Amino acid sequence: MSFWRKLGCVVLVLVLGASVAANWLAPAGYAKQYREATNAPPSRTHWLGTDEIGRDRFARVLYGTRISLLLAPAAALLSTLMAALIGGLAGYLGGVWARVAMAVTDLFMSLPWLFLLITARALMPLNVSPLVSVLVTFLLLGLLGWTAAARVLCTTAGTLRTSDFVRQARAAGLPGLRLFWIHVVPNLKPVLYAQFWISIPVFILSEANLGILGLGVAEPMPSWGSLLKELEGLVSVGEEPWKFVPLILLVVVVTSFQCLLSRQEELAA
Amino acid sequence: MRRLRWKIAGHALALLATVLLGGLFSATFVRLAPGFDVDERELDPHLNAQSVQALHDARRQNRNVFKFYFSYMNRAAHGDLGTSLALGQPVRTLLRDRAPLSLRLLTMGLGLAWLLTLTLALSAAWLRLSVYDTLTTVVSGTFLCLPAAVLALLSVLWNVPGSLAIALIVFPHTYRYARNLLVKAYSRPHIITARAKGLGEARILFWHVMPVVTPQLLAVAGVSVSLAVGAAIPVEALCGLAGIGQLAWQAALARDLPLLVNITILVTLVTLLANSGADVIGHVVRGQES
Amino acid sequence: MKRHGKKLKQLVDPCGKAIAVAVLCLGSLLGRAPAQGGGELRFCLRSEPKTFDPLKVEDDASGAIRYLTGGVLVRVNRQTQELEPGLAMSWKVSKDGRQVSFRLRSGISFSDGTPFSAGDVAYTIQQLMDPALHSPTGDAFRSGAGNVETKVISPTQISIRFPAPVAGLDRLFDQVAILSERSPKKEMAVLGPFMVADYKPGSSVLLKRNPNYWKTDEQGRKLPYLDSIELDIQPNRDVEMLRFKRAEVDLINSLDSEYFDKLAATTPQLVHDAGASLDSEQLWFNEVARSPIPGYKKNWFRSANFRRAISEAINRDDLSRVVFHGHAQPAMGPFSPANKFWFNSKLKPQTYSPDAALKELQEEGFRMENGALKDKDGNEVVFSIITNSGNKIRERMAVLIQDDLQKIGIHVNVVTLDFPSLIERMTQSFDYEAIILGLTNVDLDPNGEMNVWLSSSENHQWNPQQKAPETPWEAEIDHLMRAQASSSDVKKRKEAFDRVQEIVVEQQPFIFLINKNSLSAVSAAVHGAAPVILSPQTFWNAEWLTVSEK
Repeated sequence: MSFWRKLGCVVLVLVLGASVAANWLAPAGYAKQYREATNAPPSRTHWLGTDEIGRDRFARVLYGTRISLLLAPAAALLSTLMAALIGGLAGYLGGVWARVAMAVTDLFMSLPWLFLLITARALMPLNVSPLVSVLVTFLLLGLLGWTAAARVLCTTAGTLRTSDFVRQARAAGLPGLRLFWIHVVPNLKPVLYAQFWISIPVFILSEANLGILGLGVAEPMPSWGSLLKELEGLVSVGEEPWKFVPLILLVVVVTSFQCLLSRQEELAA
Repeated sequence: MRRLRWKIAGHALALLATVLLGGLFSATFVRLAPGFDVDERELDPHLNAQSVQALHDARRQNRNVFKFYFSYMNRAAHGDLGTSLALGQPVRTLLRDRAPLSLRLLTMGLGLAWLLTLTLALSAAWLRLSVYDTLTTVVSGTFLCLPAAVLALLSVLWNVPGSLAIALIVFPHTYRYARNLLVKAYSRPHIITARAKGLGEARILFWHVMPVVTPQLLAVAGVSVSLAVGAAIPVEALCGLAGIGQLAWQAALARDLPLLVNITILVTLVTLLANSGADVIGHVVRGQES
Repeated sequence: MKRHGKKLKQLVDPCGKAIAVAVLCLGSLLGRAPAQGGGELRFCLRSEPKTFDPLKVEDDASGAIRYLTGGVLVRVNRQTQELEPGLAMSWKVSKDGRQVSFRLRSGISFSDGTPFSAGDVAYTIQQLMDPALHSPTGDAFRSGAGNVETKVISPTQISIRFPAPVAGLDRLFDQVAILSERSPKKEMAVLGPFMVADYKPGSSVLLKRNPNYWKTDEQGRKLPYLDSIELDIQPNRDVEMLRFKRAEVDLINSLDSEYFDKLAATTPQLVHDAGASLDSEQLWFNEVARSPIPGYKKNWFRSANFRRAISEAINRDDLSRVVFHGHAQPAMGPFSPANKFWFNSKLKPQTYSPDAALKELQEEGFRMENGALKDKDGNEVVFSIITNSGNKIRERMAVLIQDDLQKIGIHVNVVTLDFPSLIERMTQSFDYEAIILGLTNVDLDPNGEMNVWLSSSENHQWNPQQKAPETPWEAEIDHLMRAQASSSDVKKRKEAFDRVQEIVVEQQPFIFLINKNSLSAVSAAVHGAAPVILSPQTFWNAEWLTVSEK
């Protein structure tokens, strides 16, 4: 195992471990409001200070990790699998299949999904539990986030379809699905890994943006996305650099994922 | 030649059908979304019952999606794209006035994004240094983790053009795909053989690597247009740039059906043209290679 | 005599104009303009103006442009809150409140030179009262069925008669910008201190000094002092604040409390807290009988005891301190104390007492069980509060209220929705349980809120469009509001509206939370600014402002 891969592993385990141990590391919880100490700087009692209504930011980062670190990769996996299925298969089959699939993909990319998401929110009861709300949000993100990768996968699979080794395998009598799975899919992995890696932070940020539609994590539950939204108050953030901690943590986690995946990419290459 | 003409006509027809379908779906989504029938103005306590009713009646005109869309297509065929409900101006005028700015923003943004992408991806694949690779991953990862609104606000804070914000939003996506595709291409047996035989790196890159990855990079380029269009919305809205992205956001908030349908058709057309163009050029390159 | 006078006037006017033109030319040749070089004022509009027609104004941005360009017969002085002459030198409202007569100034022209006369006022009123117009400005005058009659007595005298009494009739003309009947420029020919010179959609509106503005200062110098005003369209408050700090804009109307404190820490002389504004933030429950919410919840929300208990359980001091950084006052009722005349000074502040709230609920049959409050049928008290997304103030208030109610065992779900979805639930599907929204009051006169208090009205938010009042107290409010609307006796109107305020505080259909302070920021380069609570807070006296070189 390379140094970077080991480092990536260690970091992810540490972060996951800290989020699991949130009950011990931050016993007061993420919802308690210290109303006498709002927007407080870091101190012994509040390691990352407090937010605008006095909630401990360190606790919110820890508890938010549980939501974002579990659900974002799951949604990323879903979107990657969908991209592989739609784009990869379409490119492998070629001809009319590829044209229709790509036309549908382009259409999918252009539609204003905002309104479908608004409708989805309207169909959910107002008193839905925060967990169900966030699960639905990440599920929707996973179902909608496959288009970019599908396009690239279609082209890649299309190139492979006419390559020598695939023609040889076909001539040798290998059945279509086996050919696809054993010879084509491994060569799609660089794009699949890229899609997975990109989707994690994109979905974390998108979950926060979907808060304007009533989806996503409901108050007082935190998520990394909602914590990162604090950075939009740029006027004051320069004087309060501790607000960058969720961003730094997300970059570290995303880089760690990349270190983990890099070995897979080298093998795939 | 005749066959080619038929093929082109077929593609054009498919393009047109997809664009029109996009408009219809857009109209359907907007119509079905809650809040379609309402107008913020009805909350004004100064308006009497008749005025509130007039607001409702104005919205009800577009209730039947198919009727609206058929009437819209009929008028569009004569150059009338309808009137914006939110801004009270002809949609055609709105789009015409704002398109140049958006076009400039997107062109420059995409150009910068690809400059960054190719510089970093090529150097990462070429050098094959894990430290450098991790560094570029951290840099692209940082921009990927920054909310688009923050990048837009930073561009206002530092007085830099909005196109730079768009470039920084798009580049992490294109970089990751490009870098992975180039690494994959460099690992092919014939490249290893060429290196072993002492071929120069520049020759390897331009003669053996680029022809292999170009179709896929073009596909990424096509997709990056769609990403840039999406990024333009928060950038234009926050930087106060009067482009189509800003218009799209205002239209979405106001459930402005005529404006949203037109913008969707425009975005669908741009996306299809970008991706189809990438496909066509990719086919040509693959054909030349073989 | 009159005819000679008219002929003389016809001779003198063109001569006077010719002399003025000659002076202007001479002045420009000498490199000095006779009017003040007051500089250019810059500030932001929070949305795109929807119209430049002053009769069709429905949004704040268009309203700001109307204020700066429109000439009105009378003007409410935003500082003293008193009515002052404008284009009308004097006016008289009849005892029955149905007729108003104006004596107009003479020798005034629109910005394009078209002469102003009583005919223009008549034309404006006819346009305003057109049944097809549907504007808030026009609807404010519609007190009853029938036509409005205008009588032009002379070029400088006009009387207007309405079919029914209109409460606060004269003050309503503050919102009526006079249009020219004859000018080819239509609504772009104005009588106000500035005129629209350029409009870049999505970007900015440029107003330039109206060379024909009638007002002069005590030294006889023509107003306004400013050369121009640039209004940049900028919906984002963070960007607006950045631009103010960089001296790219000169004032911020309606500043957030968070930014107020940041600016006050470094440049306290630039920020202004004018005290409690007329605006309020409130919470209300869905009392609509036909709403799709469960029946047991309807029973809770329709109980005045329940509503009073909730009100008592909310810590308004904390809302003021935490959410507004102390720049707000706990609300006492439907009107802010800033509305000195109409506010009922006998109202007492709402006390915060979770124990008293719990006791009141227990008297209604509610009980605590394992930390959760349940009603007499064993249903756990859980409800949702919706508010509009993107409004950080309301989101924070909702979270604080969620925490306050948790202390008495009530579980609240906070849901933020985009505004159209929220309005749809509030006015059409009635699929909501509780809402936090605000009321922006531009009028001092309570008649402007008629459609909020009448039970038959669309804007009677908690239970709109009732065929007949469903409760005795709503029937009483209906009676009192109609009585005050048809009376021209200010004392009687005050008594009626004082009683309305008492009923509202007793019954709590709206749980009034906060009256926020009027906060603004004005650059040191701006001279003459005196921020007030009435809109437009910072540029209400724009014709008197100057901006020095930066």
